Amino acid sequence: MRLRNRILSTAGTLFGVAVLVFVMLRAIPGDRITAGLGTEAAALTPAQRQALEQYYGLDQPLVTQFFSWLGNMFTGNFGYSARQQQSVLDLTLHSLPVTFELAVLSILLALLIGVPLGMLAASRANSPRDALGQFVSLAGLSVPAFLLATALLSISAASFGFNPNGQGFAMLFDDPLLNLRQMLLPALVLGFGIAAPILRTTRTAVLEVRSDDFVRTARAKGVPERRLQVRHVLGNALVPIVTMTGLQFGYLLGGAVVVEQIFSVPGVGRQVLLGIQQKEYAVVQSTVLVIALAFVLVNLLTDVLYRVIDPRVRAS
Amino acid sequence: MPRGAISAVGIAAALSIALTSCSSSSPSSSGPAPGAGGAASGKTLVVGVTSDPDTLFPWKATQFQAVNVLQNLYGTLTEFDKDLNVVPGLAESWQTSDDGKKLTLKLRQGVTFADGSAFDSQDAKSSLEKIMDEKTAAVARASLSSVKSVEAPDAGTLVLELTGPDAALPANLATVNMAMLSSDDTEEKLNTTPNGTGPFKLGKRVASQSITLARNDAYWGSEKPKVAAVEFRVIPDESSIVSAMQSGNVQLAIFNDPLVAQTAQGGGTLTVTKTPQLNYHVLQLNAQHGDLKDVNVRLAIQCAIDRKQVLDTAALGEGEVTGPITAPAFKSDPNKRPCPARDLAKAAEYLGKAGKSGGVTVKTIVSQGEYATSVNEAQNLKAQLAEAKINLELEVLESGAFVDRWVAADFDAAVALNGGRPDPDGSYGRYFTSKGNLNKVAGYSSPELDKLFAEGKATTDQAARKAIYEQVSAKLEENAPWIWLFSGYTYTATTSGVQGFVPMASGSLQYLRTTSVG
Repeated sequence: MRLRNRILSTAGTLFGVAVLVFVMLRAIPGDRITAGLGTEAAALTPAQRQALEQYYGLDQPLVTQFFSWLGNMFTGNFGYSARQQQSVLDLTLHSLPVTFELAVLSILLALLIGVPLGMLAASRANSPRDALGQFVSLAGLSVPAFLLATALLSISAASFGFNPNGQGFAMLFDDPLLNLRQMLLPALVLGFGIAAPILRTTRTAVLEVRSDDFVRTARAKGVPERRLQVRHVLGNALVPIVTMTGLQFGYLLGGAVVVEQIFSVPGVGRQVLLGIQQKEYAVVQSTVLVIALAFVLVNLLTDVLYRVIDPRVRAS
Repeated sequence: MPRGAISAVGIAAALSIALTSCSSSSPSSSGPAPGAGGAASGKTLVVGVTSDPDTLFPWKATQFQAVNVLQNLYGTLTEFDKDLNVVPGLAESWQTSDDGKKLTLKLRQGVTFADGSAFDSQDAKSSLEKIMDEKTAAVARASLSSVKSVEAPDAGTLVLELTGPDAALPANLATVNMAMLSSDDTEEKLNTTPNGTGPFKLGKRVASQSITLARNDAYWGSEKPKVAAVEFRVIPDESSIVSAMQSGNVQLAIFNDPLVAQTAQGGGTLTVTKTPQLNYHVLQLNAQHGDLKDVNVRLAIQCAIDRKQVLDTAALGEGEVTGPITAPAFKSDPNKRPCPARDLAKAAEYLGKAGKSGGVTVKTIVSQGEYATSVNEAQNLKAQLAEAKINLELEVLESGAFVDRWVAADFDAAVALNGGRPDPDGSYGRYFTSKGNLNKVAGYSSPELDKLFAEGKATTDQAARKAIYEQVSAKLEENAPWIWLFSGYTYTATTSGVQGFVPMASGSLQYLRTTSVG
């Protein structure tokens, strides 16, 4: 019963996203023709323009365009990119794993930075440790990704000759080592940005849990301090941390456009950006819908994780 | 517990060091191709570009990156040399009849397409006829407006019947939008598999990541390409291209942004050369709109602007103040105009003549993101004109929106960067003749200009043509339909060991065929 509701609401969400993206794309000035020809489009005769509109299918009524696209999605036809001479499905199957990998690595790095520092900060509120945590999270929140990315790239390339991103991109299974090297800097930039909210969430949650009765009881029973911190305190503080991580992960699946641009990572973010620039409607619509679906799935997964972590959720 | 946290951070640090430390052992992809023995001819030249071609069909390509790639794959009847003079291409020679109504071209023998089929006059005839057909939607169609019909009396001869003399035609045939295609090919097929007569053939393509061209061993030119392959590698961010060059992954790149060029030069490892561009930065006025209908208002704007100041503040002084014509052989003298230097008294006088001493307001569109200097130019122009009681009301638009408004001529004024061409007729005939297909956007034409452009087309003698276009230039400056500001530079950055590349004012990469990598 609850599952049915869940599926219905997911379908509703996705339909809403589909309508929104469709309408917004067409609200942007310009179309496939001016995007391709630029100012030269002014030189087209009416007959030439008509020929081009037919070629790109822009002469169909909007409602027809919308439902034929949506109907095609159900049959696995995500549309075709005239610019790249590839089906959108192929493009997405290539770019989604790249973005997924980048997201996973960024989250891992963010957790490695955020959770320990958050616990450190909470271990003695208002101490130098706490100040360090505050400083890291403030920097993570306020240093713009493009600045950090550009700085990291130029310093590593110019000073150390380390610039794996200047080569063709290697997929994870083709050349794992090169792939990981190419992912390192972008994942660091993204991870640093996400570490901040995770750090703050960890700090707050740990402080909250630590003042709970059961911690005092456990301590009184003589549970070793380290075990107490990891099992009892962190274990109970995990719920908000997982929520925050799941949310951030969902955002990352939308593609970290700026970072993907600077490090030439051929992920979903760049695919959507190119699609928007070139007004390749099918590319943008289908890719965004796939991203939305992934986002919903990640949310589902987060919900499932709660039940594993927190017996109280299971009971309700 | 703190110790546990610290060790986690330590593991992360160790991991990152391990990842970076193996970078030194990785072979650079720009090394010699396997089995090439390191000979210069076996090398791959890697060119850094910010995006890959948006189309591989040469008749519809207007995007800079697409034109650059396609020029190396396709051949044209005529070509430009490095100084933009028209020289033979697939046509070895051409002859205009005495009345100027017939152009006869002798075609090169023994030329083949990439698929091995022979190029002959039938291919040339079908190419030109398809470009002229409106259904093809070829962008160069207007350049053939003087062509009545195309004949191919024998395999090596092509005859164009013209409605009247057209001196600009040979130059117009040299652009890649006039590429010669095999009569057997269709647009659908060429979109994925280019088939041309150029010095290179299409090798491998990875969508939005890279496009590799391989040397065409059957190329007709006396100079065969010196490298085995050219890879255009997509690195969307210009400063990332600079980093890729500093670390040796990319050997050649073209920049338009003076700031990026400065960073490239700053490292000391790259050679950066400047080439003046044909493109020009301009404040387009729309003489069909409101106060701008009065020539005196337009001249007031001209007199109130110090072009050098716009150049210095918006483009770091990287460029040259220019008049209308930027083509080297026909260059306008930038000081031949009613106000060679800024003159506020004269601007006020012109405004008075127009009965607008109280000032005027001009709604100006500016694009954001299409090229680096646009918004800075607009702001400097606004500041300068404010001192002459001329209020530029700026509307900064995303580039797609700007193009839409520009195409519809929906503006009083526009801050624009327009493409110049090697022939002034090609550059301005479409804008400033009453029948030109961009006349609506130019917002100005006159019987005198129509007559001068017609004369320019009908005159084949170079010196006489130059004199005619000097008059065109003078008419444009006296009537100030637009205010020409400056033209910038193209910057070619190369790593050491790259030899023989010749940058061109058109920004063309046709000399990749003479480039070698050391």
